[in-house]
Amino acid sequence: MALLTLLAIVSVAIVRQRSLFGVVVLASIYSFLMASVLIVLDAVDVAMTEASVGAGVSTVFLLTALHLVKTMEAKDTRRSLLPLFTSFVIGVMLVWGTLVLPPFGTADAPIHKHVAPRYLQQSIAETNVPNVVTAVLADYRGFDTLGETTVIFTAGIGVMLLLRRRRRSENSKAGDTQ
Amino acid sequence: MSLDLILRIGAKLILPFILLFALYVQLHGDYGPGGGFQAGVITASMVILASITFGLERAKRIAPQWLVEVMIPLGVLVFAGTGVAGLLMGKNYLDYSMFAPDPAHGHELGILLVEAGVLITVAGTMIAIFYAFVERGR
Repeated sequence: MALLTLLAIVSVAIVRQRSLFGVVVLASIYSFLMASVLIVLDAVDVAMTEASVGAGVSTVFLLTALHLVKTMEAKDTRRSLLPLFTSFVIGVMLVWGTLVLPPFGTADAPIHKHVAPRYLQQSIAETNVPNVVTAVLADYRGFDTLGETTVIFTAGIGVMLLLRRRRRSENSKAGDTQ
Repeated sequence: MSLDLILRIGAKLILPFILLFALYVQLHGDYGPGGGFQAGVITASMVILASITFGLERAKRIAPQWLVEVMIPLGVLVFAGTGVAGLLMGKNYLDYSMFAPDPAHGHELGILLVEAGVLITVAGTMIAIFYAFVERGR
């Protein structure tokens, strides 16, 4: 609960902060808090990913991106009533949706009844890997992980295509003069 | 480049251990928390730290641009190739049972290969994005 309160405080601070450098640092703090929440929920693998990707590398990326743009958020001149209304409605709908979910942590929730028992009981016999998360990630759900890897591949290619264009045009210019 | 001496020496001391930790996370992912994604990001963070403290040129001696660019598709190929290997050995795509006489060991090996593919792509992509941003800024 304390962690969730801190998360809420950091979110409000991110919204109110106008210096983008501050926003990046606060977002990093947010990710670390999120990682702590995930550890509390016993999802150590996810917590590790959140800490390394969310708090670590993406902070560095945002700072390097900040290096390329202005560091102060521009004042918004438009009215913010419609976006506020939209996000309020969506928030209410999300909360409304959680009301019909089974109570948090119950053992007989549908998600624990479908394939999870099989994973927990059979994964060591079938894959020889004690960490069930790894077994599910790389073996039972190998297709999903292949898709994720492809997403990362696509993201990398996309960023390189967007950001390296200038250098290539310089090269072609240099080639023209030769 | 004109950074604090303590920072540079400290970074120099810590760099190999970051890589060692990445390998630990990668290879111990079968037993504890961790795996290809986390290890890839930690590997990339080592190169990024080297780049921040010693400059881009020194970092590129650790991870040259061409290597990084090869790593991005190579990881996906390793992953997909593992699946095709299973296909060629008479099983379904991404079924690792035939890699070893004992199906369970085959799965263990398959997971290892797949995680290696994830590591290669993630590390390559993260370093490539970092390089792209830094070079654009100059």
